[in-house]
Amino acid sequence: MDWQGQKLAEQLLQIMLVAIAVVAFATGYFLGSFQMMLLIYAGGVVLTTFITVPNWPFFNRHPLNWLDPSEADGHPKPQLSNSSKKKPTKQK
Amino acid sequence: MHSFGYRANALITFAVTILALMCAIASLSDNLNSPSPSSQVQVLNINWFQKQPNGNDEVSMTLNISADLQSMFTWNTKQVFVFIAAEYETPKNALNQVSLWDGIIPSKEHAKFWIHTTNKYRFTDQGSNLRGKEFNLTLHWHVMPKTGKMFADKIVMSGFRLPDEYR
Repeated sequence: MDWQGQKLAEQLLQIMLVAIAVVAFATGYFLGSFQMMLLIYAGGVVLTTFITVPNWPFFNRHPLNWLDPSEADGHPKPQLSNSSKKKPTKQK
Repeated sequence: MHSFGYRANALITFAVTILALMCAIASLSDNLNSPSPSSQVQVLNINWFQKQPNGNDEVSMTLNISADLQSMFTWNTKQVFVFIAAEYETPKNALNQVSLWDGIIPSKEHAKFWIHTTNKYRFTDQGSNLRGKEFNLTLHWHVMPKTGKMFADKIVMSGFRLPDEYR
């Protein structure tokens, strides 16, 4: 799953669960049935699980384009500026 | 959110949090209901009235209890517990309560009822104070919700009097 996909999965999860909770509560309240509220919500949680938890293809539409290794060798590597100066912390 | 396990964990945590919130709101919605129950009790007969060998007064009576408790039931009500208590005053204690009958009402369909019964539990005073005693019969109830806060209230029915002599 790529970065965009992760963001999408999290937003889907939150929006779907809240929307289903609102629908379930309203239905349960107006039908006067607590059981109906729980059943609708349970169904919604299962549906949300099915949509957001598996790694579906539509979460992978924005792959990261890494440089080819042979191409990368032609460029200077980033210098780790202070790695040599860094002293180990004092140990007692 | 990068792995299957993280997403499953995030989903379950959020789903249970919302479920708790829904239950809390369901409990709060009970406050919108203002019940108007009614109840009537008649003492049909004093079956016997005696002094036990240890000196305590004991009464057996036949009661006719009718009540309409349908308005207590909301979508969040599991059951209603009701009991009838005899309440009276003695020189030693300002309030004595003796439970005479109780019942569990499982649903709204059973909430309008009448019952003809002798006292289910013994009406015994701690002492010998019951002759000619004025007493109240009070219908107490506890509304037990499916989730959240339990409600309790009562209806006091006064004007009952025990006989002056044992029989």
